[in-house]
Amino acid sequence: MIEIIRRILTLTIKEFMLIWIDPKSRFVIIIPPLFQFFVFGYSATFDLQNVEYAVLDESRTEQSRALLNHFSGSPHFELVGMLDSTSQISELINTRTARLVLHIPTNFADKVTNHEPAVIQVIVDGRNSNVASVALGYIQEITQQYGEQLQTAMMASSPKVTLVQRSWFNKNMETRWYIVSSLGGIISMVIAMLLAALSVAREREFGTFDQLLVSPMQPAEILIGKAVPCVFFGLADAVLLSIAAAYWFDVPFRGSIAALVVILLAFLFSVVGVGLFISSMSVTMQQGLLGAFVFIMPSVLLGGFTTPISNMPLWLQNGTLVNPLRYVVQALREIFLMGADLSTIWPYIWPLLVISAGTMPAAAVMFRLRTQ
Amino acid sequence: MAGISYIRLRGFIRKEVLQIRRDPSSLLLGIVMPVILLLIFGYGVSLEPTNVPIALVIDESSPATQELKARFQLSRYFRPMTVYSMPEAVQLMETNRVDGIVHIRSNFSSLMDAGEEAPIQLILNGIDANRARIVEGYIQNAIGMWSQRFALQTGRSYAPPVVIESRIWFNAAADSTYSLIPGLLTLIMTLIGTQLTALVIAREWERGTMEALLSTPISSDEILLGKLVPYYVLGMIGMALSIILGVFLFEVPLRGSLFILIILGSIFLIASLGLGLFISSAARIQFVAAMGSVLSAFLPAFFLSGLMFDLKSTPEAIQYISTIIPAKYFVTITQTLFLAGNVWPVLLPASLVLLVMCVVLVAAARKKLGRRLPQ
Repeated sequence: MIEIIRRILTLTIKEFMLIWIDPKSRFVIIIPPLFQFFVFGYSATFDLQNVEYAVLDESRTEQSRALLNHFSGSPHFELVGMLDSTSQISELINTRTARLVLHIPTNFADKVTNHEPAVIQVIVDGRNSNVASVALGYIQEITQQYGEQLQTAMMASSPKVTLVQRSWFNKNMETRWYIVSSLGGIISMVIAMLLAALSVAREREFGTFDQLLVSPMQPAEILIGKAVPCVFFGLADAVLLSIAAAYWFDVPFRGSIAALVVILLAFLFSVVGVGLFISSMSVTMQQGLLGAFVFIMPSVLLGGFTTPISNMPLWLQNGTLVNPLRYVVQALREIFLMGADLSTIWPYIWPLLVISAGTMPAAAVMFRLRTQ
Repeated sequence: MAGISYIRLRGFIRKEVLQIRRDPSSLLLGIVMPVILLLIFGYGVSLEPTNVPIALVIDESSPATQELKARFQLSRYFRPMTVYSMPEAVQLMETNRVDGIVHIRSNFSSLMDAGEEAPIQLILNGIDANRARIVEGYIQNAIGMWSQRFALQTGRSYAPPVVIESRIWFNAAADSTYSLIPGLLTLIMTLIGTQLTALVIAREWERGTMEALLSTPISSDEILLGKLVPYYVLGMIGMALSIILGVFLFEVPLRGSLFILIILGSIFLIASLGLGLFISSAARIQFVAAMGSVLSAFLPAFFLSGLMFDLKSTPEAIQYISTIIPAKYFVTITQTLFLAGNVWPVLLPASLVLLVMCVVLVAAARKKLGRRLPQ
């Protein structure tokens, strides 16, 4: 037993040194993750600011100006022009000078004073559908405020239904919290996965694989020795980025550190298993890298990181049950924002353990198959 | 480019093509990956919530509250669950089984009848803030319509709010596939152009075949061209696949000219290839080249191109960085060409920038390639 551990340890140290001693690969596991983290932390948000808009005010009354004041006061919108006729609209939208045009018709003030529904037209550039829908949501909110003000001003005593709303876990509804809290999981997966996918393929491409085979090590021992450094570097990156999320982006960390470490470990073992499986299958490093990539892309896109899994069609939602990323993304969010501890994230830990129990032996089998 | 020999070049390209055909991983990335990505973007990536589970806590049963309940049940946006106490609802929220709670207290009708403000409480799960905001809009809308009807039914005068009549140009239903599929072309061509080519020269260095190549009469122009041509063809196949699937399977309109799309697509692809070749001849190690291309091409194409996230809403520093990302210009080009048509005031500046980038990147790759062996 001691002999086995000693052998695994030797290989682990060699793998560590291989990654750590070369300045280029050392650089690659430290600087890019940090860089990615900051760039994505700042760029990945669905909240809109400074949406350029133009106004075609055919009403030109006190009422229409009151409505427009609500827009100019909003940080979400930025006025780029006042139009004189409808013929100018298409050019502004086509050339992307304005992303939306507010068109207030001549009868606006009359309708408002007569208590009739006052219609305003909004023309939005739909080339980016997401920006269009979010911007329309903001407009809805602003006109609603204006409508409520009108109502209170005109009929001070009339009864009305008010909606009192609160948002739990993220009071100001910042989408950055949503992205940044789970970003560490994504970036560490990319690192651990690439390292694992290369590890066996590199030996094979350089011909050192045969030397490894004639050593006294068992295939399982070789795999463990190769898995440990990948998990280690992945974990180190994920923890570093979680600290950056809490201290740099001020995302509240409400849960337990133990839960964070356990879920990351379970997750990294499952993806390193996939990485080693791909690597054992590959004959060249290129195959290993591209294979890893073919796994990483769909799993990130379908892991609930940027778009919720619950928006997918049901068959695809069921398909994502085998995606390890799905569990870690949700668990990290709950640990950060909802204050989850080990027992609350257990529903996310056991599927990862099941996946690891599948991928690790699969890697060993593939490894053994390829050695014969 | 005086020193180009047609025979040498042909031989070199033949060798590259054989290598691509021999190695299934290149074809996996060049052909299978675009199809997978298209299917994922077409079916899996959507920001529009449907069937949002919400908990309805209605402490008072009256015709009015029954009608509100029915409104939620009939809506395709919600999957309401009726619970009978707040603690129960809170528990559902904390275990992520519902995304929001709508609570009507028992004194709701009496407040309404007394002419006072009658509050309805709405609690949202803010973890997914974007979703929470969209759900908030839906609920506001549903309650607004209901209260309007309710006021009219009970004979109260009601001042209708301002009504918005929205027109979304180019994409009337705000369908995200319409925006994503054109943008996806960028992602796929980046993958083939930069990701795949970054590996090929690094591989030659790592295996030592580059040294062998340098000692032959082949010039660095020929090496450059020999690497560019096969991957250009592979990239254009990926692009053709995406256009065909996008237009015929996902029914995204192509309102601009296909010819212009192919020309501008070629410029973008060559720029990506130049970047990939530059990275690989600078890195000379496949692992580093792979990370370098993920970092400088793939991730920016996803995050800093305006494909998923709006660039105007990011801090200024990020906006500056994004101006040197070729993908940003190509996303603008594809979204405009597909959805809006040949809008030259948008296309022309973007294509000029791309053309400059293309020349600079290919020249940089050529310079790096020309280097002799390290001492």
